[in-house]
Amino acid sequence: MFVLFCPHCGEKREEEEFGYGGEAFIPRPATPEALDDEAWGDYLFMRKNPKGWHWEMWSHNTGCRKFFVVKRNTATNAIAGSWTLAEGRKAYDAEGGST
Amino acid sequence: MRKDYSSWSLFTKGLRHNEGWNPAWRSAEPKPSYDVVIVGAGGHGLATAYYLAKDHGVRNIAVLEKGYLGGGNTARNTTIVRSNYLWDEAALLYEHALKLWEGLTEDLNFNVMFSQRGVFNLGHTLQDMRDIERRVNANNLDGIDAMVLDAAEVKRRIPILNTSKSARYPVLGASFQPRGGVARHDAVAWGFARAASKYGVDIIENCEVTGMDIANGRIAGLETTRGTIRSERVGCVASGHSSVLAKMAGIRMPIESHPLQAFVSESMKPVLDTVVMSNAVHGYASQSDKGELVIGAGIDHYTSYTQRGSPHIIEHTAAAILELFPMFSRARMNRQWGGIVDTTPDACPIISKTKVKGLYFNCGWGTGGFKATPGSGNVFAHTIARDDPHPLNRAFDLARFSTGHLIDEHGAAGVAH
Repeated sequence: MFVLFCPHCGEKREEEEFGYGGEAFIPRPATPEALDDEAWGDYLFMRKNPKGWHWEMWSHNTGCRKFFVVKRNTATNAIAGSWTLAEGRKAYDAEGGST
Repeated sequence: MRKDYSSWSLFTKGLRHNEGWNPAWRSAEPKPSYDVVIVGAGGHGLATAYYLAKDHGVRNIAVLEKGYLGGGNTARNTTIVRSNYLWDEAALLYEHALKLWEGLTEDLNFNVMFSQRGVFNLGHTLQDMRDIERRVNANNLDGIDAMVLDAAEVKRRIPILNTSKSARYPVLGASFQPRGGVARHDAVAWGFARAASKYGVDIIENCEVTGMDIANGRIAGLETTRGTIRSERVGCVASGHSSVLAKMAGIRMPIESHPLQAFVSESMKPVLDTVVMSNAVHGYASQSDKGELVIGAGIDHYTSYTQRGSPHIIEHTAAAILELFPMFSRARMNRQWGGIVDTTPDACPIISKTKVKGLYFNCGWGTGGFKATPGSGNVFAHTIARDDPHPLNRAFDLARFSTGHLIDEHGAAGVAH
């Protein structure tokens, strides 16, 4: 059971209030029609799925219904923090956009 | 060479107070190089090694295991075996496995306790029943045993099932596969290990792969915690950790690893002589030969490698099981655990060559890999030995995620997605 902090509501709530949104910051290709099948398949289906720190989206389903970003360690379930998408993007980029 | 197990060996060893049994398989030290290295000594990996040796004449094989043999998902599943999938590609692959299950105890000379007690998939809505009829018809066209049963017949066969019309999700009927059932999960790993060991396969435990040597697009060997091992053919069968291995090779996988929880109750008198699954209320149960209820349900929704999940999933599972079997409300649970399942977007496995020559992956079995153990090893051994997929796993290539030829088994694959 996680206790997640929703940066929109400013509150810590139990996991059951939230929905998992998967890997964060997967950019939608700007010109999908220019991609070959492999690059499009990579965008649609391929995931980092790291054992370690993972930037991921959660949505506050039974609260504000907004998405936010969490950095969580998938090997230990330790949570480094929660950010709004915009703030999380800055922190993610500051790390070099790695896993 | 180890002697075969037989009634005579049981009898004579019994007379000697069961002293003098040899270990079932040889614990090996890693050699500098092998013809084929399999990463992962679970059921699928050991089966691959066994069929490589038996059917394809490969002798110089190692199976590397980062923990202990059969300690991953082989030890953590709910042991259900069936082949009633919707699409031809999946149904024929699982049916291939089911046919191997039917002769596996004799083939391995190891009792895998395969018990064909039948598998029910319950329908709770009219749409469920339409889907069930469609799937049963598809199964029959593929030569797979399956039938549609109405609620009265389901009740006759499973007296303890709640078929009340006033139930929140009333049982309207079920599909039934008589040849489905359960097997002893540990025995499958031990049986394949013993049979592979007889062919000279080196089983190396406590040996974690930490890197891959790839030169000119070709695999040359593995870095492990027990030194470098050279091999020009490597098969990765690491279930939940497949993405970790793929990353070492610079390959991206369409896999997300989730915890899947299960639990067993205290031992009870026999009350459930078959396997019951329900997609709608989201749970499945059978009773082991020891009398324990073996219960499972859906995955935890977040990705994780922690081999444990969240308590509210357990609560949902318990609620689903009590919806089906109110009398289990007094059953106390003995143990609970989580395994890490490698889910794919189409709920079907990946048994495939990769862009790295000589590197093969068998993964993505998600929540339903146990039932395929012998078939999976069989076709994967073919893929590695011939550097070309078996006709039954050609459709399960990694390329399907760019061609778009997905095999969408979410409907039939079961409760877990």
